[in-house]
Amino acid sequence: MEKQKFYYDDKITKLFAWATVVWGVTAFTVGLMVAYFYWFPHYTNGISWLSYGRLRPLHTNAAIFAFVGNGIFAGVYYSTQRLLKTRMASDLLSKIHFWGWQLIIVLAAITLPLGLNSSKEYAELEWPIDILVALVWVAFTVNLIWTVVIRRVRHIYVAIWFYLSTAVTIAMLYIFNNLELPATLTKSYSVYSGVEDAVVQWWYGHNAVAFFLTTPILGLMYYFVPKAANRPIYSYRLSIIHFWTLIFIYIWAGPHHLLYSAVPEWAQMLGTIMSFMLIFPSWGGMINGLLTLRGAWDKVREDPILKMFVVAITSYGMSTFEGPMLSFKSLNAIAHFTDWIVAHVHVGTLGWNGFIVMGMLYWMIPRLYKTKLYSVKLANQHFWIATLGILLYVIPMYIAGWTQALMWKQFNPDGTLKYGEFMDTVTQILPLHYIRAIGGTLYFIGSLMLVYNLVKTAQGHTVEDTMAEAAPLKPIPAARQSGEDFHNWLERRGVLFTVLALIATAIGGAVEIIPTIFIDSNIPKIAAVKPYTPLEVEGRDIYIREGCNNCHSQMIRPFRSEVERYGPYSKAGEYVYDHPFLWGSKRTGPDLFREGGKRPNLWHFNHMFKPASMMYGSIMPNYQWIVKDDLNTSDIQAKMKTLKTLGVPYSDNDIANAQQAIDKQAKAIAADLEANGVEKTEQYAKAYNGQKVDLSKKEIVALIAYLQRLGTDTTKKVETAKN
Amino acid sequence: MIALYLTIFISLILALVFLVLFLSSVRNGQFEDSYTPSVRMLFEDEFNLEKQEPEIENNNDK
Repeated sequence: MEKQKFYYDDKITKLFAWATVVWGVTAFTVGLMVAYFYWFPHYTNGISWLSYGRLRPLHTNAAIFAFVGNGIFAGVYYSTQRLLKTRMASDLLSKIHFWGWQLIIVLAAITLPLGLNSSKEYAELEWPIDILVALVWVAFTVNLIWTVVIRRVRHIYVAIWFYLSTAVTIAMLYIFNNLELPATLTKSYSVYSGVEDAVVQWWYGHNAVAFFLTTPILGLMYYFVPKAANRPIYSYRLSIIHFWTLIFIYIWAGPHHLLYSAVPEWAQMLGTIMSFMLIFPSWGGMINGLLTLRGAWDKVREDPILKMFVVAITSYGMSTFEGPMLSFKSLNAIAHFTDWIVAHVHVGTLGWNGFIVMGMLYWMIPRLYKTKLYSVKLANQHFWIATLGILLYVIPMYIAGWTQALMWKQFNPDGTLKYGEFMDTVTQILPLHYIRAIGGTLYFIGSLMLVYNLVKTAQGHTVEDTMAEAAPLKPIPAARQSGEDFHNWLERRGVLFTVLALIATAIGGAVEIIPTIFIDSNIPKIAAVKPYTPLEVEGRDIYIREGCNNCHSQMIRPFRSEVERYGPYSKAGEYVYDHPFLWGSKRTGPDLFREGGKRPNLWHFNHMFKPASMMYGSIMPNYQWIVKDDLNTSDIQAKMKTLKTLGVPYSDNDIANAQQAIDKQAKAIAADLEANGVEKTEQYAKAYNGQKVDLSKKEIVALIAYLQRLGTDTTKKVETAKN
Repeated sequence: MIALYLTIFISLILALVFLVLFLSSVRNGQFEDSYTPSVRMLFEDEFNLEKQEPEIENNNDK
């Protein structure tokens, strides 16, 4: 058949590649800012939009969606066109995808520091941006599937399968986890509450790791590792088995993030079993990647790209061994809420994702510009400094995690906690956090070397669309088509089938989801648990705005050590009005689920202004603007109406009188603060420049109201233990 | 725990979509050849009209 000439769209690849570089440096910078908070907790003192709780979501979102995301897209656009021997189906969709994605990142970089977030990890963006994400993702998915349809090669290489599974699955997960009802343009509440919200969040959260940070990166591995080594993949058959087993098992592993929580036991068990099974496809893939270099190890010595790929694949193996192990309850009981998880995650992101993406950039940029890499030596130096950075990052974090977890569980012979003061377990591991920050700095310096090297490589060259030629796909002969029934005809159209199946799924999902929004959940209700008062709702929103859940959990697990430290363990029925849930996933500070009534209002006032003044050695940053700023209650009725729609039993009367209720409760707290001498404190004098102010109008009062409410509904009779 | 059933339902549907894709691609012969695709992807059919820099074809071996 006559060969056709066509051009690969390399300009879109170039755009995504440079976006990867720019956002990579940004994500690492914000990561460093977050890491250095452990060393110098107050270095951004007083600047609310540069505070830890707001920057941490920015760091995770930038690293996942901006750095790795753009890296994935660069690799997908480069390899898909070449593997399918066709240009992307629609240049317009490619452009919408690129510019839409960058717009989302910029909006995230503005809104997250402003405190506009939904609190759900890796899905913090508020609802208007969520809609934008969904639309841009659809543009990408349509473009990808359409390109598969117009391909010039019958066979679909395994990398494309990985890309397709990413496109389809992320769309579904993102939409269902971000179902939220807007109260205002910048504030929404998750349609799920408490335990149910936790289940959906970690079903999403785990699969964001699975289908955003793993499957597309595996696709890149199966394309760029053979290319860089100029060797075929060790076993193509194994890669096919790797793909299909991985995607069938991955989606069930989410509940391992909720072991020992108030989630039903059988769901936890399902998560554990599926997580353990994941080790088999994962290690099959790792071995396949490493053995691809058989007979090419001499090249690894010279080539920084292959070095990065080797460390990346090894990191993939390490984290996919560790993941299943951490999913066993006995190990999870120790690891959960500690720095161990932080170490685990960074082996995956710095090692696996980072090195695949950066190795790919070193390979791809010179080819796009039709030139050679500016300095192989510099790239080698980048490899070594970044690898050292990873080691200095994760090893201290592992040790910190083990140390702190064991200290939390240590008892004295008389049955009291050996380290009853949480602060002691923090002070113990701080030096390890300092080393972690140094490790991160090295990785960051490495990324600057990458920028310099790539800019120098590109200088003086331009990217032109590459011309290629290939014969069009032969139509399937009429003889094979004659006499087939409808189903056979449909089956031959895999793409059409996928689209139809997805539409069916979306309809089915919608039918399933809409009732859950409006009908009572079958979580066992506890009569004593009541909805939050309007002032507490405002306080809770401040808690979400400041990202308190990044460092404080609200989930007491049923262990003797935790019950002793925090109070009675958490029950599912205690969270029924929590839209969204705020269980957190890390205890940099203590759990707050039973915080209510433990300490006087004045303690919270002083603590929020300057934590170290109430807790010697505290590394919690000062949240002075909460003390200084006036509380804005103008949206309270819209918020309560939204919550009411979601099933929180506020009466029309409650909503109509919300402002009066706020004033009454706020005045009571302000009166208590004044009765206990708040005006004589150093904090008060500093906050208000020696002026007397109406405390009941300040944000701090709302936050105190919320904190004093936490976990008290079911424990009112026993709360005298510590007071 | 409607959310649990919801996530399981969606996961099952997704798994079903992938199962159908898998079966149809097996029937289409996507996986009959388990060797040549891995070699074929190493070859490029790009070419430079002017052939200004012939060495770019062999960049893989540098």
